[in-house]
This record gives sequence, structure tokens and C-alpha cells, in this order.
Amino acid sequence: MPASAVELHHVSKRYLLGEDHAPGATLRDAITGVFRHRGWRHRGERAEIWSLRDVDLTVAAGESLGIIGRNGAGKSTLLKVLTRITEPTSGVSRTRGRVGALLEVGTGFHPELTGRENVFLNGAILGMSRQQIKREYDAIVDFSGIERFLDTPVKRYSSGMYLRLAFAVAAHLQADIMVVDEILAVGDADFQRKCLGKMAEVERSGRTVLFASHNLEAIVRLCPESIWLDRGRLLARGPSEQIVDAYLASGVSRTPTSRYDDPAEPVALRSVSVLDASGRSSAVLRRAEPFTIEVCFEVARPVPGLDLSVVLSTLRDVRVLDEAWSDSTATGRGGPGRYRARLLVPPALAVGEYTVGVWLGTAFEAVLWQEGALQFRLEGDTHGRAERLVQLSLGWEVQRVPTTDSVGQRGCDWTPPDQVGA
Amino acid sequence: MVTSKPGTITLHDDWIDNPSPRRRFMDLGELHAYRELIAFLALRDLTVRYKQAAFGVAWAVVQPLVGALILTIVFRLVVRVDSGGIPYLLFAFLSYAVWTYFANGLSAATDSLVGNAGLVTKVYFPRLAAPLAAVLPGLLDMMVALVATAGLMAALRVGPTVALVSLPLWIVAVCLVALGLGLIFATLNVRYRDAHHGYGLLVQVLFFASPVAYPSSLIEPGWRLLYYLNPMAGVMDGFRWSVLGAPAPPPAALISLLTGVVVLLVGLRYFASAERRFADVI
Repeated sequence: MPASAVELHHVSKRYLLGEDHAPGATLRDAITGVFRHRGWRHRGERAEIWSLRDVDLTVAAGESLGIIGRNGAGKSTLLKVLTRITEPTSGVSRTRGRVGALLEVGTGFHPELTGRENVFLNGAILGMSRQQIKREYDAIVDFSGIERFLDTPVKRYSSGMYLRLAFAVAAHLQADIMVVDEILAVGDADFQRKCLGKMAEVERSGRTVLFASHNLEAIVRLCPESIWLDRGRLLARGPSEQIVDAYLASGVSRTPTSRYDDPAEPVALRSVSVLDASGRSSAVLRRAEPFTIEVCFEVARPVPGLDLSVVLSTLRDVRVLDEAWSDSTATGRGGPGRYRARLLVPPALAVGEYTVGVWLGTAFEAVLWQEGALQFRLEGDTHGRAERLVQLSLGWEVQRVPTTDSVGQRGCDWTPPDQVGA
Repeated sequence: MVTSKPGTITLHDDWIDNPSPRRRFMDLGELHAYRELIAFLALRDLTVRYKQAAFGVAWAVVQPLVGALILTIVFRLVVRVDSGGIPYLLFAFLSYAVWTYFANGLSAATDSLVGNAGLVTKVYFPRLAAPLAAVLPGLLDMMVALVATAGLMAALRVGPTVALVSLPLWIVAVCLVALGLGLIFATLNVRYRDAHHGYGLLVQVLFFASPVAYPSSLIEPGWRLLYYLNPMAGVMDGFRWSVLGAPAPPPAALISLLTGVVVLLVGLRYFASAERRFADVI
């Protein structure tokens, strides 16, 4: 068993909820509280939330550990405790070696300063010495790919340039323990690829890495082991592949089925669910596998030409899919009874959150429109190109064409315009 | 210090615990380790202040000059305050320059944590670095103003005295008074934004309770003990004695020294007791 670099012993962290105008929060309250003895209690206790609950964790030096869990599971709090940004309410967190925290890119960037000035400032904030920054400066500039704008104030940068520079500094941080929060989720595709590559490099260099992310594929690729946090508790630890599978199977974050019991006048929705490839209802699905949208509805009296349509939209309200029953079944729709309709969706959609909308009606009127009946997530590898709606992995046919091939036969050889028709 | 090479595992023997052991006032060793960050934060504030400012450092002279002119009109031409043989304009210029440093330094320190909330919640650094860095940039303006004072003295034929050697002492003193009060206000400001208003009030009161526009010799001997409870009273006396050859601060000014030290210690203590919660509350 190699020596450990990080140890957490029974770490718990409590936050008090609510707007900080509860008892004692303003100076006036504090002052009046002094005069009214135990006056604060009169207004009732503030709601509290345990972001971390009795977490025990040991990370060996040189190990890369992934941290997964839904939003609010305590991932960020864990990282903040590790990096000493905040103190645990109880328990002890101990680290051995220099800790580099990348919880956000561009922490401390100042809009008025130039790119060059910000490199030094940001480096210092992340804990690099001036010597170190000087030594890495060229590599940072090179990595960022924006050397032409280094003497321009950062406020004139596009957001892409800003992120490139910020990440470039972060990527060259030399620390024994690297603590990385979801920062790969930013920047354009090309840059994300570069960042993942850099992360792999860091991992190979023998440093201890703790990496929290929603990009499960990246976690599996970069971290041999992972932990799974759920509502502040450490639920499981093991090989990343297994932990990710368990996490996906749990579908913890969303309800995979919505039920309705409105009276059918003349039609009503009964339930809407998402089913994964093996037929289990789950709200977190693998992108690379087909899934099914199941809609159950009831028709009380005949509605001639009844049509059903399922609409998938991204959270930005881009309608990605709108499939209608009438697309495949021309006649005989709308007799009374209970129906179960299944729509098999091939692995075509990109990684991301989707909402399901259900429409029932005829060519002449809409009878029912259930918007946002469900929300589910497709998890998987974006291959660094998150900015797309469909991800088909279409087959390429690439051949090397001999330069002596007959001119222009398949449009590959370039014919100078003045020779065309000669 | 062991440096890490690719492929090797670096082991340090020293564990760093969170929560860290409670410290009473501050951790000088850690501050020293973070001295570059303090310098960069101070440099940032300085650079930002003079970016896109056409007159640049000239403001460091213009500001106290305008202040001194106003004081001259009110306290010399209207009220006829006696500045003890020193040309009143010179007297007021120096006082105003020092006061400007104090007021601006205190203001910057008060807002240093809230203004750097992004840092406080996203990276670890000794929190003391923020208010400490905040009181530094103003020193440059004060230096420039002191040089301008020397020019003014030459023009008005006021020669320096041996007391000039004590100048560094007074510069450190005003710095620490601003820091001491700044620590208290910065800590309050994290939880109670009222601190920002409280700061304005305090500076306004202190301006008249300190010998800025008038010499401290105007204070009745019976009131002196009370008067010098204000740490800035002794500091202002000291500056004028050191630079302009005004009468040396009276023995009662030692009270200023004492309250100055007390304020600093209270500030450090209060800051240290609250800093562990800054990231959660800010």
C-alpha cells in the first residue's frame, strides 16, 4: 500500500440555508440581539443542509480519483474542504504536498489587465511562484494560442480567448495534488480536446489527481478509481467503470416516469417514461445505446384521426425530434381504449439534457399538449465536440488517391481553371 | 523542497490539516510564503488604478493639492488657524496627503475581501493577504506626495530637520493603523455590508478628530488624554514633526501609539477568529 497524499477522517460540512437575513445576519439584528437576551432563538432555527456527511477517504500518492454524483451531492464541497477554502464542520481533512485547486478557470482574472499581466496574477493566485510562471510562460502562451493578443486588456477578449488563456495557466500549474472541478466543460471543442490531453499528461506524471466531473467518459478514461457521492455521503468507491455503471443505473437525478390521472375528455395522458436499452426506466441513459420513449394514454370516446406526437427538446428549447404516430400509421387511429405507444430512438442524439413533450390531437385541433413531461440526460463521450445536436458516428470512406489518377475523375484532383476544357 | 519529476511520486512528510490549528493573531511564516501573491494583488490594484487614466500618478499630487487649497481657504482665510510658523498651504498639503493614504487604505482594506469574493470562494490563500495587499498601493501615491512636499518646502524655503530620520517610522505607523482598522471593517463587511457605510462615518469623524486641518497644539491640555486615544492624532503629529519640523508630539501622543497597537492586535485577533468562515458567509 503506497503512502497516502490525502486523508479525510469523518468529514462533515453543514451549511445554513436561506437568505442571510435570518436572525443575526444584519448588524441591526446583531445589536438588538445583544439587548434581547437569546433573542435570536425566537425567530426559529434556520434550515440546514449537510453538504458532506461523515466522509472517510484515503487517496494514495500518485493516484487519480474520479468523483461523480449529481448536482448538489457534495462534490464541490469536498474539493473545497480538501483545498482548505472552507473548513469542515467536524472531522479532519489532511493533505501532504502542494495542493493546486482548479475549481474555476480564470479565478482572479482582472478585465482591465492585459493577457500577460493576468497570466502572472492568475499564476500567483493558483499558487505558482514568479520563477515558475516565468519558466512556464512560453509554454502557457503556446498552449493558449492567442500570443497576438497578450498585450490587449482581457476585457476586449472574446469569451473563447479568455477561457483559452485561463485554462493555459491552470494547465501549467505544478502541484503535487491537483484538485480539478468541472472545468473541462467550457471552451470550444478543439480546446476541450487539448485540455483532456493535458489532464491525461498530468495523470501520467505521477501526481495525485482528484477530478470531479459530469463527463463520465472522461472520468473513466482518466481515473482508474472513482467515488460516488450522494447527498453528502460517500456511497461507493471502486473501479471507475463499475461506479459509473452503478451511477447510471440508479438514475438518481431525475424521475424517469411521469404519471397523470386527469379524466379523459376525450383523451388523457396516463404516463410518460424513458426506458434504457434493456427496458428499465431510467432518467440517465448512455448516449451510445438506443432508448425508448413510452407514452400511455386513454381515449374515452372515438376521436377519428387521433394523432400522437413526441417532441424531444434541448434545455435551450431547440426541438431536436418531433415524431408523429401518423408518420408510420396512416389509418385506423383513435378508437376508444387504453394505449401504450413506444418510440424507439436510435443512438443519434448528442450528450446532454432533453425534455420530452407529448402532443395529442387531430389534423384539425390540438387536444392535449404536455410540455416538459419528463427530463432525462444522455451521458457519454462528446469526443470534445459538445456543440452539436446529433452525433451519428457516420462511417467515413477515406482513400489515398494516387496523384497520377485520371484528371478530375472523382473530383479529387485539382485542375487549374485555365486548363479546364483545354 | 522536493521537486516532482514526471513519473516519480513526491512525498512530503508534513501533513497540512484542515481545520488548521487555531492561531491567535496571524501566521507570519505562511504570510511570508505567500509574499508574492500579496505583491501581485497590490500590483494589480495599482495597475488597474492607473490604466486608462491620462494623468496617471499626477493625481497623487493633484488630490492633496486641491484638498490643501480647500483647507487653506476654510481654515486659514476664514477661521485663521495658526499653523505655528509653517506656511499653512505646506502644512495642509502634507496632512492631506497622509490623510488621503489613511482614508483610501482603510477603504480598500474594508472592501478587500468582498471585492475579492471570487478568490475567497475559489482558492486558498491566507486571508490576511487581501487586506494587507489593499493598504500597499496607496503608499506609492503617498511617496509621490512626499516628494512633492519636498519640492514645496524648497520653494517656500522650509528646511528639513534631523527629525526627518524618523519618517519611515511614521509611514509604517499610518500603514498599520489603516490595516488594524481595516481588518476589523473587512471582517465585519463579510457578514454585514453595513461596514461599508460605517467606514465612511468613521473617516468623517476621525478627520475632524485628528490634527489634519489644524495643529494639535490647539487642543486644551485637559482634553489631550482623550484626544490622543485616536491613533491618527499621534501619527499626524509625527509626520509634521518629522517632515516640516513642527513641534515634537507631546508625551500624551504615546497614548496614540498604544491605541494603535491595541487596534492592530484586536483587528488581527478578530480577523483570525472569523477568517475560517469567510468562504461560507461572503
